[in-house]
Amino acid sequence: MANLTSNFVGIKSPNPFWLASAPPTDKKYNVERAYEAGWGGVVWKTLGSEGPPVVNVSGPRYGAIWGADRRLLGLNNIELITDRPLEVNIQEIKEVKRKWRDRALIISLMVPCDEDSWKDILKRIEDTEADGVELNFGCPHGMAERGMGSAVGQVPEYIEMVTRWVKKHSRMPCIVKLTPNITDVRKPAEAAKRGGADAVSLINTINSITSVNLDAFSPEPMIDGKGTHGGYCGPAVKPIAMNMVAEIARNPETHGLPISGIGGITTWRDAAEFMALGAGNVQVCTAAMTYGFKVVQEMISGLSQYLDDKGMALTDLVGKATPNVTDWQFLNLNYTTKAQISQDDCIKCGRCYAACEDTSHQAIAMSADRTFTVKDDECVACNLCVNVCPVENCITMVEKPKGWLDPRTDRPVGDYANWTTHPNNPSARAAE
Amino acid sequence: MTNSPLTPGVVAGRLSPQAIAANFHDHEAPLDRHEAHVAADRCYFCHDAPCMTACPTSIDIPLFIRQIATGTPEAAAKTIFAQNILGGMCARVCPTETLCEEACVRETAEGKPVEIGRLQRFATDTLMAKGVHPFARAKATGKKVAVVGAGPAGLSAAHRLAMKGHEVVVFDARPKAGGLNEFGLAAYKTTNGFAQAEVDWLLKIGGIRIETGKALGRDLSLADLQKHYDAVFLSIGLAGVNALRAPGEDKANVRPAVEFISELRQSGNLSSLPVGRDVVVIGGGMTAVDAAVQSKLLGAENVTIVYRRGQEKMAASGYEQEHATSAGVRIVTHAAPVAVHGNGAVTEIEFAYTEDTAQGLKQTGETFRLKADTVLKAIGQTLTGAPEGLALDGGKIAVDATGRTSIAGVWAGGDCATGGEDLTVTAVAEGRNAAEDIHASLMT
Ligand SMILES: Cc1cc2nc3c(=O)[nH]c(=O)nc-3n(C[C@H](O)[C@H](O)[C@H](O)COP(=O)(O)OP(=O)(O)OC[C@H]3O[C@@H](n4cnc5c(N)ncnc54)[C@H](O)[C@@H]3O)c2cc1C
Ligand SMILES: Cc1cc2nc3c(=O)[nH]c(=O)nc-3n(C[C@H](O)[C@H](O)[C@H](O)COP(=O)(O)O)c2cc1C
Ligand code: SF4
Ligand code: SF4
Ligand code: SF4
Repeated sequence: MANLTSNFVGIKSPNPFWLASAPPTDKKYNVERAYEAGWGGVVWKTLGSEGPPVVNVSGPRYGAIWGADRRLLGLNNIELITDRPLEVNIQEIKEVKRKWRDRALIISLMVPCDEDSWKDILKRIEDTEADGVELNFGCPHGMAERGMGSAVGQVPEYIEMVTRWVKKHSRMPCIVKLTPNITDVRKPAEAAKRGGADAVSLINTINSITSVNLDAFSPEPMIDGKGTHGGYCGPAVKPIAMNMVAEIARNPETHGLPISGIGGITTWRDAAEFMALGAGNVQVCTAAMTYGFKVVQEMISGLSQYLDDKGMALTDLVGKATPNVTDWQFLNLNYTTKAQISQDDCIKCGRCYAACEDTSHQAIAMSADRTFTVKDDECVACNLCVNVCPVENCITMVEKPKGWLDPRTDRPVGDYANWTTHPNNPSARAAE
Repeated sequence: MTNSPLTPGVVAGRLSPQAIAANFHDHEAPLDRHEAHVAADRCYFCHDAPCMTACPTSIDIPLFIRQIATGTPEAAAKTIFAQNILGGMCARVCPTETLCEEACVRETAEGKPVEIGRLQRFATDTLMAKGVHPFARAKATGKKVAVVGAGPAGLSAAHRLAMKGHEVVVFDARPKAGGLNEFGLAAYKTTNGFAQAEVDWLLKIGGIRIETGKALGRDLSLADLQKHYDAVFLSIGLAGVNALRAPGEDKANVRPAVEFISELRQSGNLSSLPVGRDVVVIGGGMTAVDAAVQSKLLGAENVTIVYRRGQEKMAASGYEQEHATSAGVRIVTHAAPVAVHGNGAVTEIEFAYTEDTAQGLKQTGETFRLKADTVLKAIGQTLTGAPEGLALDGGKIAVDATGRTSIAGVWAGGDCATGGEDLTVTAVAEGRNAAEDIHASLMT
């Protein structure tokens, strides 16, 4: 069994799976049960300033979208930061950390955007023995209207300023949690780095409306006939989150800045993908909220089996795919594949045919007895048929060797050549 | 209760009324909303879907299942009824395992097809429970069409013709409309008076008059109908039954299975319906299975189906054979009846073993006897009462692809006519297609 021990910005945990700051980490009871189930660490549900706690709605706070068999694909919430008194949270954090020394415990923070507020809260948590702080610059609803959360996370200058305050007033490792509700995630990450952040974590939730009640004509979740945008998370956001992680990992300005990957992680494979793109560890929320704390056990066994099979250490995995994330202009335009249908596996549903015939390149033939075959002279290898086929691996993309005559272009497969040197590229010619 | 499965002879009340009620309860429970959604999620929305090709009425199955999945079962029902106005009955009685579900790609993929029949029932039940009829009649054409036989073929034709704006009169020899929907299908497939409720719902389209107790050849003649109507559609089913041609066939309690089934379907109180202790059913089709299973469900101790060829040749599907054996029916194959024994009433029936030879089926000479106080003959129904002058083919009224007979202005469909299997859904398809052709020819 592979060693999953993780060291993220000096914070040790028995595995790289942390629970993200959210309801699963809201209180001692939850966190202890999460540790018992095997979670390597938790980021405690975001704490606010001293004073009367925030108040949540008393109606539904979640909305969702589902796939087949009502599998939860996306969750949306309008919950705020912790609604429990600061004192209670701090007391519980102390108790938990004292009892679970081998586990990571990070405190998430969100206070008004002035130095005194940050100085004060950092002082309040100083003697909790927590392993680090995470700055919640991501919450996209409610708190943002009060000038916190994503209202800060959307302005790189504020991120830099607040991070600087935190580093000035605390010796704890500081993780800056980024919002995806921006146009270019590299800017806030660069700002965090300039401010002295030890790491960034991403993504927080995405602005979203998951459904509209077509009787009451209100967004859902609906509170007394009205709704507001919520924060979107769960499997549906994983592709967006992974791109953002990769953007930061390969950006020369932030390359090497540790990343805690978050967003839709549900299985060991999701976690491994985030790590391959450059995340040093991962955080999980929706998967735990959907299936309970036990899901971590599959993540642990799956990731160790994978590392064993590959003969890799956990640290070898981190960033292994980052060098292969590139710009479109550098993709090899001479690389040629063709779709191939395995007749043994085909169940003759015709979905590949409908997709290709109606919406793509008319490259699949359908015979009277429903045999489906790819026409090499039409197939552009777009992969749509592979994606719509209900049988996994029934359609595969077969790579064609150099020199193979492509019947679609009547040209042999050539050497690597990308857009920057392509004859159809006006700037390529100009550059010559 | 004085009688039990062991009581000798043909008697009623072998089981408690509660047991009988439970036995004749809906044999496949309807899907609830949640189950329907789970089942609908499995459909792949296939291109040129094989299930649709396999359905004799070509219902757009992927579309109606998607409509269920998106929470609009009423729209799904309309998709179904547009092709098959008896979609409710077909959902209950179609041998889906040899039709749509056999062709479903998920049968190929996992050996578990999408539950098309049960989904169809969910959709049609939902709409019918609202009591609405989803179609309206076109402007009156002033044309009149006579339909003879109010079974599925006749009802389907009548509905389509009425929808096109024609006036339709349906004649039937029996006292009730519905044909074998009312008198033939297994009771546990169509519970709670569904057959009559479906007829009433179908008639909501308007423009259809049903005249029961009117038999062609007795109360009506084809010539008269041709004189008073612009077109005639014959859908008289197969009213006759084949004989065993074995000595002793005339003994008491040797009877056609369809007669027993019809009595059962019309009985208001199954506890008062007599059934034998030792029942032997001869035949290998759906009728044999239904007669045997329902005898067992009424409390017969021993029920045996005897079929003269091998099990693989039985017309009843594998699913139905299993249904029979799981109900406790024994299936004996390769045995042909040679004599019925008994003094007045049957007590035993004698069979000769058979074997398949190059010259066809041959008796081996070896015989055996089965104890029997009831023998039900289910060796096929035959056409009776077809009007003189109509060309026949293999014992059925010869028709072309659109149902035209050898006499101009006369169409035929369903069991009485050539083409297709003898199934409810095939009858519906043929009635609908003939109606379309009648309409086309009346309007030119
Ligand atoms: C016991 C049994 C079980 C069956 N189970 C199934 C099943 O589970 N699934 C399935 O798909 N199919 C089943 N079938 C077959 C199915 O019932 C028939 O294929 C279908 O009913 C044929 O429809 P039809 O309209 O052609 O004829 P019918 O349903 O037979 O209707 C013919 C109508 O014509 C009337 N008629 C007859 N002669 C005259 C006349 N001279 N004048 C006026 N009216 C006349 C009759 O009274 C009857 O109402 C079963 C059949 C039987 C016998
Ligand atoms: C109900 C709910 C409340 C959340 N509250 C917080 C919070 O207080 N602080 C925070 O930093 N993130 C919060 N998040 C965001 C999550 O920590 C996480 O970034 C996001 O859900 C994406 O991960 P996932 O796809 O694994 O759920 C919350 C998410 C949910 C669903
Ligand atoms: S999940 Fe629990 S708290 Fe939430 S609505 Fe359901 S029962 Fe209530
Ligand atoms: S989508 Fe896949 S299973 Fe369906 S016909 Fe095409 S190759 Fe066959
Ligand atoms: S064949 Fe099966 S999966 Fe395909 S459309 Fe028909 S029911 Fe759906």
